[in-house]
Parts: sequence; C-alpha cells; structure tokens
Amino acid sequence: MSSRAAILARVRRALADVPSDDDFPVARDYARAHVAEGVLELFVAHLRDYRAVVHEVAEDALPDAVAAAVERRGARTVVTPAGLPPAWTAGLAEGVCLADGWAYEQLYDNSINNRPTVADRADRADILTTSTLDTADGVLTAAAVGIAETGTIVLDAGPGQGRRALTLVPDWHLCVMRAADVVASVPQALERLDPGRPLTWISGPSATSDIELDRVEGVHGPRTLEVLIVR
Amino acid sequence: MTSPPTFLGMPPFPEAARSAVSNPQLRHNLRKATHTIRDKRAHVVGELSDWAELRAAGAAIKDRTLRRLDEYLLAAEAAVAAAGGTVHWAADAAEANRIVADLVRATGETEVVKVKSMVTQEIGLNEALAAEGIRAYETDLAELIVQLGDDLPSHILVPAIHRNRAEIREIFVREMAEWGVPAPPGLSDEPAALAEAARRHLRERFLSAKVAVSGANFLVAETGTLVVVESEGNGRMCLTLPETLISVVGIEKVVPTWADLEVFLQLLPRSSTGERMNPYTSMWTGVTPGDGPRDFHLVLLDNGRTDVLADTTGRQALRCIRCSACLNVCPVYERTGGHAYGSVYPGPIGAILVPQLRGVATGKVDPQTASLPYASSLCGACYEVCPVAIDIPEVLVHLREQVVEGGGHRAERAAMRAAEWVFDDAKRLRTVQRVAARSRRLLPRRAPGPGAAWSDSRALPEVPAQSFRDWWVRERGAPPARPPAAPAQPPVEKNRIEEDDR
Repeated sequence: MSSRAAILARVRRALADVPSDDDFPVARDYARAHVAEGVLELFVAHLRDYRAVVHEVAEDALPDAVAAAVERRGARTVVTPAGLPPAWTAGLAEGVCLADGWAYEQLYDNSINNRPTVADRADRADILTTSTLDTADGVLTAAAVGIAETGTIVLDAGPGQGRRALTLVPDWHLCVMRAADVVASVPQALERLDPGRPLTWISGPSATSDIELDRVEGVHGPRTLEVLIVR
Repeated sequence: MTSPPTFLGMPPFPEAARSAVSNPQLRHNLRKATHTIRDKRAHVVGELSDWAELRAAGAAIKDRTLRRLDEYLLAAEAAVAAAGGTVHWAADAAEANRIVADLVRATGETEVVKVKSMVTQEIGLNEALAAEGIRAYETDLAELIVQLGDDLPSHILVPAIHRNRAEIREIFVREMAEWGVPAPPGLSDEPAALAEAARRHLRERFLSAKVAVSGANFLVAETGTLVVVESEGNGRMCLTLPETLISVVGIEKVVPTWADLEVFLQLLPRSSTGERMNPYTSMWTGVTPGDGPRDFHLVLLDNGRTDVLADTTGRQALRCIRCSACLNVCPVYERTGGHAYGSVYPGPIGAILVPQLRGVATGKVDPQTASLPYASSLCGACYEVCPVAIDIPEVLVHLREQVVEGGGHRAERAAMRAAEWVFDDAKRLRTVQRVAARSRRLLPRRAPGPGAAWSDSRALPEVPAQSFRDWWVRERGAPPARPPAAPAQPPVEKNRIEEDDR
C-alpha cells in the first residue's frame, strides 16, 4: 500500500466515531472589522508603531514626494517593477530607475487558482538578476491592500508591485499606498485578495526579537520601510 | 515505525527539571522572557473585543477540518497539483526524510537553506540530510544560534530563549567561520550588532542557494495555498530565491477555505509574538513562473498524527497552531525551561502532544515520555490563553490515566494504592499521622522504597508537630465525629500493592 493510501486509511479508521453525515458547525459571529471610522489614521498609527516611516501626500504631489524620499535616502539606484505609473518616477534623475520586466499575467481566469505566465514582450525591460537587486539602493512599488488594524501592507504581484524578490533583496522599500485601498481588518483584506497570486504581507520592517527579546529592526529583509500614502 | 520527536537520551522530566531549576541564570532568562511576551500578548488580545468569538471559531474550524481530514487532504492535494506543485505523502519521519533527501539529490545540490520549522525538527531532518552528505543551514536567527552552538531549541517561538547576549556573541565568534562568513572583528554583544552579524553571515548563502526547505503554518485545502508567518525575512529569502522549494507539512495544518485564514491570521500573531501582525507573511499557491521557485514539493506528514486523531479526548491537540502562548504562561515551563521536556515541543502543548505522537495509548512508551503528562500543576493557565481553546489540563489528566493503565508510572501507582489503604480507615490514618509527627525530625528528604521515585520529583511537605486530629482532641477534648457508619472495607492486601508494583 502506498503511504498516501495508508495515511488516508489511518485517518478514516481514527474517525470511526464521527458520523458519515457529520456537519460540524462553525459560528462566525466574530467581527468583520473592529473599527468603522478613522481607518486611515489607525493605519498610519500602526505603521509608525512598528517603525515604518510614513508620509501622507496628495496625488499631484506624489512625483515630488518620491524624488524627495530618494534624495533623503541618498539612493542612486531604485528598482522599479513593470506597470509602475511613469508619473511616479518623473521627478527622478535619469539612470536612477532600474526597471524589472516581470509582470503577472493570467493564463485563464475561470478558476480560483489563476495561473500567470512570464511576460515575453519586447516592450518590457529585462528581468534583473538577484545580484543586481543586491546592489540596488532601494525599490519603489505600489501595493494591493493596506490593513489598518494590523498596520499591514499586502503586495500581490499586481501592476507596479513586481515579483517577490524585488521587495526583499534591496535594503530600502519605498511603497506607495492609495488611501482607497486601505481596509480596516484582516477579513476585509482577504476578501479583496486572490489566493492564486503570490502574496507578501508586510507589517513594518524586517525584525527579530530572538536575542533577549530585544526588538531589532532589519535582519534579512529591507531594514527601512517607507510608505507614501496618497489621499 | 514512528520516529520519536524527543531528543535522544534525555532523562525523564523530573530529573531534567531538577538541574534546570537549580540554574539561576536560566531561570532569570526564562522569567524575563516569558513575562515580557505574556504581557505583550495580553495587551494586543485586549484590543480585539471579539477575541472569545474568534477563539471559538478557530477551535471549531480546526475541529471541523479534523473530522473530515481525509476529504480536506485530498482537496489540498488536488489544488496544489493543479497549481503546478508536486505532492508527496510520508507515513513517518524516516519516509519524510528520505523523500526530502531524494528531492535534494535530484537537484544535484549538497546544501539547503531552511526556514524555521517545528516539523522538520520533529523528524530530525537536518541529521538525516547530514547522513546523506547534505548540509542544512538554519536561517532563523534563533535557530542559527542553536545550530552554531550545537545546542537544542528550548522554546517553540524563540528557540534560543535560554541564551543571553554574551553567550550568543561567544557562539558567533567561535563558530561562524566554521559555517561560512566569520563574525566581524570586535563584535559586541548588542542585539543589533549580533543581528547584523547574522545578516552578513547568511546573505551570500541566501543569494546563492538553489534548494530551500520549509514547513508551513497553514495549508488551504480549497486553493492549495501555503502560508508561512515570520519576522526576519529569512523565510521570504528561502521561499523566494531558490529554484526548488520543499515544504514539509503535518497533515493537521490544513484549513478548509481561504476565508478561514481571516480567523487564524488574527489569532496567531497576537498569541505568539504579541504583535498585531508579524512583520512578514508569505502565501503561495503552487508555482508562479518567474516569481519564486520553479519546482515546488509538498510533503504531507503523518508521523503519529493519525494516532492522536484516533483518541477522541486527545485529538484536540491537533488544533494547535504552534503559537507558544501556553509556554509563556506555564509556571512549570517558567521554572524548568524547554530542555527539561526533552522534545522539540516543550511546555504544556508538548506535554500532551509528544506522548500522543509517541503512542502513549499503547502503554509502550519510555519513562521520559511517560513522565511528560505529569509535568504540570494543572493550573489551567495554558487553556485560558490557547487561541484554539485546547483543554490541555483535560488531556493531561486523560494521558495520566493512560500512563497509569499502561503501567508507566509504577511508583506513583503504588503510592496511590498505599494512600488509599491509609485514608480508607480513620484509625489507620491517625496512627500513621502520629508516627509521622513523632518521628518528623528523623524523616529523610526522600521517601523510602517505591515512594522514592515520587519524592525525587517533588519537595516533601513539612510534617506538622501535631496532626489536626490530635489538635482537635486536645482543644475540644473529644475525637471528631465519625461519618455515618460506612460498611467496613476489607483491608487492601499487601500482595495487591506488590503486584501492582511489579
């Protein structure tokens, strides 16, 4: 007997006491969200609580805010994923942007597991090597969803977010979050997300408390998370 | 058949605990750590007014899943395969280790990077890979400290909780060069400096690794999605940069639907690190061309879990989401630390999970395993904080019954029979108490005969100068009223005790 068959047989034997028509109810009387008002303010407060750097900007001030952040950081090269609005980087000097050509594309969408394919189009940039990412000073991305109650930013490989390595290897992550994409709670965020996509939930910069429970920011992921919230 | 999740050669809990409680440095570290995390947990749990409802839902979702586990496992297998992953089934540790070793060998690599994972510790994967000539590098900071120090983990969440900064610095300075990039010269014992040393030590390894091994916190049956929660980014490095990813996942990790994550992603971080959310959570479904590994293997592991499932009282232990909240509130864990439990799963949850995984119900377990259900005062604090409402005291008592019925804890059984004989009869009790009171200065710290094993693990109470009964007679001048005449019990024959003690 294969181990697959053996394990399934052992599971069924172990559940001999459970009726075959068993329907074990799950009461879902927990809250869909814990706050209704002041969601954006809570999002900002919780991001700062976990030591992210946060700025709130108007839409038309975004190019200047990006340029100012890059200058403050002293970043000479910034990775930009495919699909990032060109206007966001309009204020940057030539040669600062390191474009990455990878984009998520759905092969078909009739299943909950949407499968993507690698973009193979002439108008897209090359896909950056990991060592290039390692030498870049930072990465600029969009975001899919923000969660106020937990101070979380979720990236889902959508336009301007790129593949997962882009926001992992460089030491500085500058993230543009639209206020309209900020929800109150974890349940509300999951409703908006597609499980078929690779998802990264980010709550503050990389951190550890492994040494005497002293929190230290920045171990392997970006040591600085900077968020531009566009109202 | 089932490989032991216990550390080889560990003494039974009472023996290991005695040496731990006499280590003041360890007790100081543990007290500081457990109290810090429990306070943080209480604060963030208090932020959610519906914690009780979330907890009930978490328990119910897990129970619902366990009651139809075969169906959900098949659904998960189909969804992972549809998304481009390959699913393997491992009945025990040896089979899981062989599957992983074969997969690594097929890539032509001899090194793997690892995400912190309880289940790969349970099956002894690193040792099994080493025997096959494959070196496994732990990348979580605490696991790195444990691995470099040739040490054992002592906590589910913070495995190096028993080490202070000076010890960690010393381990880094001494061992890092042997494993790769050496510690920088003049390394201080500041946590930030130590974390930076770990970053530099592991950086090149992450960027060049071809194969990674992980566990998973959740496996969503409906979508085939795997979830790993972490803090440092070492998990993201392992899950994203290598070409091949092998995830070893216990069969109890499955949850039915995507929406079910809304419960567990609220319960887990707040219970575990006491954060509203851990810094990084990765979710992936099969393979995504161009993003992350191009080969993904899921190894579904039994290794005793179906034995736990077969016990209608004990199966609730399979709800566990490995948050470690029960460790941080346990008065026994706080004083003994994790090593005393002799297992990768220490604390209250380990005391109910390990004996079951090792087959305590069969009565054929070693003394170390048989001692674990007794590593508790049954105070119930663990149940109070458990985010999936595992009634740990209930299971502990249930397992004690199994140990006793299986002849596991012989001394305790004999002592209880003797006590039954003494307490059964008022005259016998009075005599015993008087003898004890008069000879109390002569009493050893250790009970004689079969009682020795019992008193070895417990501080003997002081014997009072006078028994309550004698005090009553002196103060009130008459013996206490006897209860309504109970039918006289025949004395327990001595040979019964001896028989039980065999």
